[in-house]
Amino acid sequence: MKKYTYTEKKDTRSGFGAGLHEVGQKNNKVVALCADLIGSLKMGDFKKDFPERFFQVGIAEANMMGMAAGLTIGGKIPYTGTFANFSTGRVYDQIRQSIAYSGKNVKICASHAGLTLGEDGATHQILEDIGLMKMLPGMTVINPCDYNQTKAATIAIADYDGPVYLRFGRPSVPIFTDPNQQFEIGKAWMVNEGTDVSIIATGHLVWEAIQAGEKLAELGINAEIINIHTIKPLDEEAILKSVGKTGCVVTAEEHNRIGGLGDSVAQVLAKNTPAPQEYVAVNDSFGESGTPADLMAKYGLNAESIIAAAKKVIKRK
Amino acid sequence: MSADIAKLENIAKQVRRDIVRMVHSCQSGHPGGSLGCADFFVALYFDQLHHNTKFNLDGIGEDLFFLSNGHISPVFYSTLARSGYFEISELATFRKIDSRLQGHPTTHEHLPGIRVASGSLGQGLSVALGAAQAKKLNGDDKLVYVLMGDGELQEGQVWEAAMYAPHNKVDNLIATIDLNGQQIDGSTEQVLSLGNLKAKWEAFGWDVLETNGNNMAQLVQTLTEAKAHTGKGKPVMILMRTEMGNGVDFMMGSHKWHGVAPNDEQLAAALNQLEETLGDY
Repeated sequence: MKKYTYTEKKDTRSGFGAGLHEVGQKNNKVVALCADLIGSLKMGDFKKDFPERFFQVGIAEANMMGMAAGLTIGGKIPYTGTFANFSTGRVYDQIRQSIAYSGKNVKICASHAGLTLGEDGATHQILEDIGLMKMLPGMTVINPCDYNQTKAATIAIADYDGPVYLRFGRPSVPIFTDPNQQFEIGKAWMVNEGTDVSIIATGHLVWEAIQAGEKLAELGINAEIINIHTIKPLDEEAILKSVGKTGCVVTAEEHNRIGGLGDSVAQVLAKNTPAPQEYVAVNDSFGESGTPADLMAKYGLNAESIIAAAKKVIKRK
Repeated sequence: MSADIAKLENIAKQVRRDIVRMVHSCQSGHPGGSLGCADFFVALYFDQLHHNTKFNLDGIGEDLFFLSNGHISPVFYSTLARSGYFEISELATFRKIDSRLQGHPTTHEHLPGIRVASGSLGQGLSVALGAAQAKKLNGDDKLVYVLMGDGELQEGQVWEAAMYAPHNKVDNLIATIDLNGQQIDGSTEQVLSLGNLKAKWEAFGWDVLETNGNNMAQLVQTLTEAKAHTGKGKPVMILMRTEMGNGVDFMMGSHKWHGVAPNDEQLAAALNQLEETLGDY
């Protein structure tokens, strides 16, 4: 098992804030809109240095999405910022008609996704957003795993012409990816090569997958770990190659079992080479209040759950 | 103002003919609101807008128009074709398979003149605000126009945008509301009354003008006046009274022709009332 260590923890939303500031410096077409959550989305540096390109829209997400669509007419590259819940479900029709169907170059940047939002509870813990967004034709869906990857993704999506959903989170998590990485949309990252089981993870679950991989190695199980940061378009080749080798797969994500990364992987396998699959995901339920760690344990979204799923799926081969 | 009112009225007659022929041909679509807004579209595209029919989506250096109540697409398509954005013969494809003239306007099929999809109501004012802000960032002094229906004002998003525009002094924007007083299930008064719209928009901080949308001379005068109201720190709103179905006597003033196509006899009766001024497609 390849060794991954970290010296610092940071929230992925801070990676977004740093990336937004950097891409704002590089590209004066980049504009940002925020629905009364500048601090939460870490958009303060962008606002401070590029005030003329920053739009505070108030608690009015539908108007924000429509305005973002309008700003592309005239060549701007708008980044919208609010919580994942208010970036998707609340404004689904606005995104569908004014952005996706209209083919607008809007970057929908969504923080506080999933259970790790924590104590605010289920009203704010969206677990359906990946499903909602990946169903929209032409929508790119990205869920990075740490600060560095989120920052790199935030910068990279400015160079891609089309609508993007960029999902990140609230809690501090280990920084273990290369600070100088080149983020390539749609390209899986091989975290660890293995032979016994493929663990395909996205977002906060990638670090958990690495922890699981180390424990599985101690048990003599050689896990291949792949980070899918881009859920759509999916790197089907990387998935088929890996599962072709290992013969079984565990998918891991901070999302409902229905409609997330796991379902996308299952569809690829079903069409090509069906293989046993276990889902580490929320089992079609809402979340609740609690600390992120308590919630991830209760809903089965940590390294222990991945280990159990790996053992189970290997037996099904 | 040197607008040739008679010439504009002639164009509007042909646009009305196009509308009833289009919805008759595919036996679907929305003739009522389209007919009511024919004069507005003609005044805008043939007299007011600085625009280039060699279409460029970004429209830098041009006035932009957004249709929020996308169901009145027949009047939009006819006006665009008659302005020269695409061949008038293409109007015959409206709502048919493989057409760029979808039931509701869309950029998806790359029809020249369309800059955003609309149909699901309440979104156009927000899009227009974004485009207006992009113009300001680009140092582009041209204007952004948007048309909404009155029933559409029941959508909450409209009031999000209504609040945003004055707060941020979006004064390169002229919005118009088609006040025909009708919606699918009846009159707006019956379904969900809109109250005093002038007072409402003024309370939100808009500069509000009123006009008769079926009087070409008055319409041109108001649109010209609205332009003079831009650039003064406030967004401009035109409350435009129209008659649904205007130009065809049996369609006038009733919500029943919101989304119903005429049959062969009704088409003939309608065309009898609408002079063929520019030649049918």
